[in-house]
Amino acid sequence: MGPVPDRPATSSRTPADRPATASGPGRVLIAVYAIFAVAATSRAAVQIATRFDEAPVPYALSAFAAVVYVLATFALARTGPTWWRVALVSCSVEMTGVLVVGTLSVFDRAAFPDATVWSNFGMGYLFIPLVLPVIGLLWLRRTRPA
Amino acid sequence: MITGYAIAVAACAAGVAIWAFVLVVLHREPEKPLLMGVGALEALLAVQVVISVVMLIGGGEPGSMLTFLAYLVGSLLVLPLGTVWALAERTRSSTAILGILCLTVPVLLLRMVEVWGGASA
Repeated sequence: MGPVPDRPATSSRTPADRPATASGPGRVLIAVYAIFAVAATSRAAVQIATRFDEAPVPYALSAFAAVVYVLATFALARTGPTWWRVALVSCSVEMTGVLVVGTLSVFDRAAFPDATVWSNFGMGYLFIPLVLPVIGLLWLRRTRPA
Repeated sequence: MITGYAIAVAACAAGVAIWAFVLVVLHREPEKPLLMGVGALEALLAVQVVISVVMLIGGGEPGSMLTFLAYLVGSLLVLPLGTVWALAERTRSSTAILGILCLTVPVLLLRMVEVWGGASA
């Protein structure tokens, strides 16, 4: 099989020739979001189920991050301007979250005894949590509905 | 868990991932040999799960049983579910998704080895 284009010829493009968020390279982005959604949800579930009393704030933040990743994954996988807006809000909240929690965790280590995905700007996750919302927002700009 | 076996599976996963990313650079959509590679990796992971379950029954005590079992289940699901998503729209991006899926395998195995060795989270 020879080289293939990034998107199929019969692509699910919008009338304005904007690619759907769940088409072409967007599907790679959604796969990474889904991996983080599952990882963050599982981690938060275990933290809250087994030792919530030890550090309620970071564990609640873990759960919040999980919700944001799940929402972003679903919104990016759907089509239509409404889901595009949900994705935009999710990715923006995620960007804010990783920057705020990242900064707080660096300057106030005592408040974050156990890691959340966003601690130290996602260092424990190879900084993917920091890069992901940037790529997400860039992709949303490219797929903005007319 | 048998650490040596986990390392071998992780190395195979890294190999399949590199193979996938080379195909991405060559603008290829997923072809049968790559899909068979992913399938073989899934079989290696299934053997890993069987080894771990047998050792758990034999009295193995991971740092957190809940976490370890979650990773065991996750390690079996990530490739099949991800492959379904990857192949729903066959493009060069599908190949990239397969590569990323393979990269999660060494991470999962590393975390499992840590938890098996006594880490609690």
